[in-house]
Amino acid sequence: MAISKFNYNSFNVTPVAGKALSFNSDADGFSTAGASSMVLIKTLTASSSSTLSFVHGSSSVVLDDTYPVYLFKLINIHSSGDSVTMKVNFRDGGSAYDASKTSTYFRTSHRENDTETVFGYAGGGDLANATGEQQISGGLGNGNDESGSGHMYLFNPSSTTFVKHFFGVTQAVAATPQTEQAFFGGYCNTTSAIDGVQFSLHGSNTMDAGTIKLYGIADS
Amino acid sequence: MALSKLNFNSLNLTPVAGKGIGFDSGADDLEASFSGGAMTFISKSTASSSSTISFTSGIDSTYKEYVFIFNNIHVSNDDEAFAFQGNAAGGADFNETITSSYFRSIHGEDGNNGALAYQANADQAQGTAFQALLANIGNDNDQSGSGYLHLFNPSSTTFVKHFIARGNYSSADNKSYNTHVAGYFNTTSAIDEIQFKMTGGTIDAGTITLYGIN
Repeated sequence: MAISKFNYNSFNVTPVAGKALSFNSDADGFSTAGASSMVLIKTLTASSSSTLSFVHGSSSVVLDDTYPVYLFKLINIHSSGDSVTMKVNFRDGGSAYDASKTSTYFRTSHRENDTETVFGYAGGGDLANATGEQQISGGLGNGNDESGSGHMYLFNPSSTTFVKHFFGVTQAVAATPQTEQAFFGGYCNTTSAIDGVQFSLHGSNTMDAGTIKLYGIADS
Repeated sequence: MALSKLNFNSLNLTPVAGKGIGFDSGADDLEASFSGGAMTFISKSTASSSSTISFTSGIDSTYKEYVFIFNNIHVSNDDEAFAFQGNAAGGADFNETITSSYFRSIHGEDGNNGALAYQANADQAQGTAFQALLANIGNDNDQSGSGYLHLFNPSSTTFVKHFIARGNYSSADNKSYNTHVAGYFNTTSAIDEIQFKMTGGTIDAGTITLYGIN
């Protein structure tokens, strides 16, 4: 508990609401400093998890017009099964993750034994006004040291005027084994606000380890 | 205005320029370790039937990397490109020499046209035109484009100035386009201004926000 307080105007600096007190460039005086524009909102840790969901207003998650852009970081997602793709879906009202999406998907891959390289569009990973999950990675291997990582941007999910753009990239150790980089992007073809984002693995597989972090990117 | 002063060394800590005052691990003392983070907001422009959106301040040697995030760029005309150019310090116009590449993936809402391809009509080879970021946005009420543009070390007077961009947009023919753009301003002059515009018509809505990366 604080024993005493400084009055804000006892410092030789002009107070600015929402800013913090910091040392200036002379290192012998004070100035105000802003927080980072990239703000950690929530970290979810997988533990035999069928899904990891970020729902606005639940468990301290913010996913509304507080931020114009949101960034998800997926770190070392480890699958229970072998050759299992990561997925994402969006909630645009109600409790179901079933927003209609049109998207693209392409990837590069290279096998550890050097027998094959791939670079190209993968029609199996795209969607055309479909409500199913969006594939966001190649098929993860489930060896003890195998996993997938990456990130996804979601733009202006609270808009009730525009479709909601998203895109991202993931890198995985695919089951072959091979390195596989996946590029996905598209839009939720709805003018309803998106207030929830859910990550999962294909089929009944679970995320046995890994974390997904949600950040907000402020524009003021 | 401050009414009085508190001497910095009256606090029981060593000052560090650019650092804020935080609690130490014991939570009962102070230390100059608090950092606001690596991504710093600089400025934001909101489009409103805008012919151009220009950032003419805030791009200097303060940061080695700058990021523009463009969000829900909504356009007046179908099938025009959202594009950008730079102006060198002391220059009169946005017409720097650019060499760039542009490729995109595409997929129609009707399930057709899934493809990945290089788009030669959107790249430049020592050109001075505005560089396309989103090549043919649709102008339906719900259509727009979003993405980011990273600009590296624009104040360098030694190296060319690299940029990398990625975006997604809904096109005039109702397809999702995912764009990947990169290149460099082929100049050793510092770039201190960036301008965005449509190749035809105006930017009727949307925001562009500039950040510095420590």
